[in-house]
Amino acid sequence: MPSLLHRPTFRRGLREALPFILMVAPFGLLFGVVAQEAGLDLYQTMAMTILVIAGSSQFAAAQMIADNAPALIVLATALAVNLRMAMYSASLTPHLGQAPTWQRALVAYLLIDQAYALASVEYDKRPAASLPDKLAYFFGTMTVIAPVWYGATWLGATVGAAIPPWLALDFAVPITFLAMVAPMLRTLPHLAAATMSVVASLALAWMPHNTGLLAASALAMMAGAQAELWLSRHKLRRGPEEAR
Amino acid sequence: MSDLTIWMVILGLGIGTFLLRFSFLGMIGGRQMPEWALRHLRYTAVAVLPALVAPAVAWPVATGGQPDAARILAAIATVAAGIVTRNVLQAILAGAVVLYLALWLI
Repeated sequence: MPSLLHRPTFRRGLREALPFILMVAPFGLLFGVVAQEAGLDLYQTMAMTILVIAGSSQFAAAQMIADNAPALIVLATALAVNLRMAMYSASLTPHLGQAPTWQRALVAYLLIDQAYALASVEYDKRPAASLPDKLAYFFGTMTVIAPVWYGATWLGATVGAAIPPWLALDFAVPITFLAMVAPMLRTLPHLAAATMSVVASLALAWMPHNTGLLAASALAMMAGAQAELWLSRHKLRRGPEEAR
Repeated sequence: MSDLTIWMVILGLGIGTFLLRFSFLGMIGGRQMPEWALRHLRYTAVAVLPALVAPAVAWPVATGGQPDAARILAAIATVAAGIVTRNVLQAILAGAVVLYLALWLI
């Protein structure tokens, strides 16, 4: 582990995670506020933020605790929101699967949306990088992001009531996720997957307990994979000089 | 909800979330995954993240679920800036500027 921290990729991870402070800080602040309003005390708020580090599911859980939903329903819904983490896990396995178990466990604990977004772009760009370099990059990003997430939650839980509603902090989350996705739309299959993702999530929003999100994600991954297959067959017919 | 129940939810959510994240990394380890699986996994991020936010853009909680022109314009500006600049930070800034301008004007 100490040797990982001295790699240039660790420092690049640190640096490339910096812009994400702008999204993680308001998100954490907002969760601190919402958790207090839902009736969680400071210990419970911090315990959730440190044990779970998965913003959207924490919001879902806090919202349902406030609504007095049964504990099992709260748990099932919040975990359904996090099912995408299993897909992230699967997607990083080809890159990090060879690491020792404790390092894979640490990666798993830290596997949040932002770290996944950064790592998947990095591993796409440099697929041949060594395992320690890939690990160092991942840990670099979370060395910046995790403390900001914990600290912002604490701040929100402590000073929350003072944040005025005109700041529209609710929209910090959608804007930052969209800002993460847009630069990834560089090929036709990526565009197909994102389009299907939007259309299907809106069309399936009626499905209970956030299952629409999962169904839409699965459909969108299929759309991407099918577009990729179609494109490669198309290129074969047209000859390799047309390939991008 | 009682204090004890809240603590059970927090603990359950923490353990469950970790197991979801550890699932493939933990079980599959160094084994190679089949090409069809990799072909789907390449699109995980662009498949999940838009689905996560599209309903929040179309029906924001802050407006009681009513579609809101300012938020839709901000979302469009964010995506457009992200595609043009390929830069996350500039896309966030574009979205924030359009959101506040539109909230103020409309």
